[in-house]
Amino acid sequence: MEGAWEIAFVFFQVWLSIVVGLIMLPAMFGVSLGFTDIYIKVLVKTLEWATLRIQRGQKEQAALPSQSANGIIEKDDGSMQEEIGELRRSHPKNLAGGDFTLCDAFYFCKKGIENIVEDQVTQRFTSEELASWNLLTRTNNNFCYISLRLTIIWGLGVFIRYCILLPLSVKNWLSDLVHITCYRICARGLSATIRYHNKENRPKKGGICVANHTSPIDIVILANDGCYAMVGQVHGGLMGVLQRSIVRSCPHVWFERSEMKDRHAVAKRLKDHIADKTKLPILIFPEGTCINNTSVMMFKKGSFEIGGTIYPVAIKYDPQFGDAFWNSAKYNMVSYLLRMMTSWAIVCNVWYLPPMTRQDGEDAVQFANRVKSAIAHQGGLVDLSWDGGLKREKVKESLKEEQQKMYSSMIIGSDFNEASVGPA
Amino acid sequence: MGSTNSTLLKIPNVEVLMQETGFSPAHIIRLHDRFKALDKEGRGHLCPHDFGAIKELAMNPIGDRIIGAFFSPGKETVDFHTFVKILAHFRPVDKDRPKEPNSPEPINSRSNKLKFAFQLYDQDKDGKISRDELLQVLRAMLGMQVTDEQLESIADRTIQEADLDRDDTISFEEFRKSLEKINIDHKMSIRFLR
Repeated sequence: MEGAWEIAFVFFQVWLSIVVGLIMLPAMFGVSLGFTDIYIKVLVKTLEWATLRIQRGQKEQAALPSQSANGIIEKDDGSMQEEIGELRRSHPKNLAGGDFTLCDAFYFCKKGIENIVEDQVTQRFTSEELASWNLLTRTNNNFCYISLRLTIIWGLGVFIRYCILLPLSVKNWLSDLVHITCYRICARGLSATIRYHNKENRPKKGGICVANHTSPIDIVILANDGCYAMVGQVHGGLMGVLQRSIVRSCPHVWFERSEMKDRHAVAKRLKDHIADKTKLPILIFPEGTCINNTSVMMFKKGSFEIGGTIYPVAIKYDPQFGDAFWNSAKYNMVSYLLRMMTSWAIVCNVWYLPPMTRQDGEDAVQFANRVKSAIAHQGGLVDLSWDGGLKREKVKESLKEEQQKMYSSMIIGSDFNEASVGPA
Repeated sequence: MGSTNSTLLKIPNVEVLMQETGFSPAHIIRLHDRFKALDKEGRGHLCPHDFGAIKELAMNPIGDRIIGAFFSPGKETVDFHTFVKILAHFRPVDKDRPKEPNSPEPINSRSNKLKFAFQLYDQDKDGKISRDELLQVLRAMLGMQVTDEQLESIADRTIQEADLDRDDTISFEEFRKSLEKINIDHKMSIRFLR
């Protein structure tokens, strides 16, 4: 028994030294041993192979339309007129179409139930479910036992992820080095491969850097390639500790969430910061809440009223390797970070877009929209006109009225001529 | 079945639920996720307020009635089982199902779908749609866009067409007969992916 413990201990020491030697040291000096790239390539091949195996295994099952990997249900996209018209055509007594019929309610009923099962806003806020399985059982509900080989690979994967990647990043995380080095280690710990495009457009001092927001890792991703002053709300707990350690190395601007409500105070502080040309560019995520990395919701116009030069940055995560999305309502920070660290890898692309300034005759909202479209266009994201705040707000009465108006125009239209005849 | 088992085990009586409703394990899991997403305070059941938070539903002219269909009379909460059973009405009809004489009718049969729709009209659940109930539905669907007279004439005409035994109300049988040519399976079904 004791012999076994000794062996295990020796093994542990060896492993630890490998970890330190191969990962921490190069990271400190900014040298890449090229491991990550090889690692990613191997990963891609493995995942493709795994997907093929599953698909072969599932061939007997009835093929269902896989049009929307995100959706639970297949929605009919017909307009109200089309759908109700179809309903009525089967009704024998109706020739002119314009009468009310009992089956009209079916249309509203079905729409209502569809929305209970899935609505467009919430869909944006749930993680993308992948069409191909990435060996992380979290992201695919249909995982089932396909073959022994697959299970072994999966087991190996679990081992690697939990025994190698995880301690690695915990260790890295607690280190207390200089600003960029610190972030670089974090990036290594998360097995992040980041590709920066158009580095010539990198944000300069005295400017505002604006990016779409998917996860707290965004900060790590961006800070890997430059020094920024952060604007953000103070987080409690673990994140707060991290924040305070960052503040030591660079001048940042932190706010309480309630302070954020006082837009003028916020605006003033930011203005003062950028007026000072020696200060680092401010990093702002105008969306205000985490989106699931497939769409860019409406940017809050506050950041755009301050003036100054805006440097838009588009961040897009490759979902094939690990889902970086953080649903703050569902997970707290620690469990989120745990998930991140035990994912295979984080691969993302960062595009620096050419700087934009507000033009004459353009108000803050239009400017914000312009920046938003540029970011969405670059990142290949869907440009949504939903406001991220919808997640927490209720709808207005006027939208219901619109539905009623649409429906009544179908009924009243040719209806009223017959009404004068009246029932016998 | 891998990880799906762990989620399914958390749901009590899930086998019975699947058998009664005909949903596959994957569907149940997705509905469970949806249920949890709607149940923001994590109480394990939903109340009308949780449904009201769905934007498109609040916009639906008969949204209140649809929400009401989930809650049995007197009850103010709906648990996961009831949630799934109600949604089961909207599963497409199983065409390949063998017709066993002694088994109960499936929840998603044509008749049960019609009953669900009938319920939306018949709020006092007396088995008949009275003229008043019809007026209320019409008012909900048309809002302030029509006058009272227009509403009354529409209601009169509808009853006239459907009411066969001339008792000034529409019974379920009359309702069913009036809609016999409608493709209920298509109009009252939602196709669940995978």
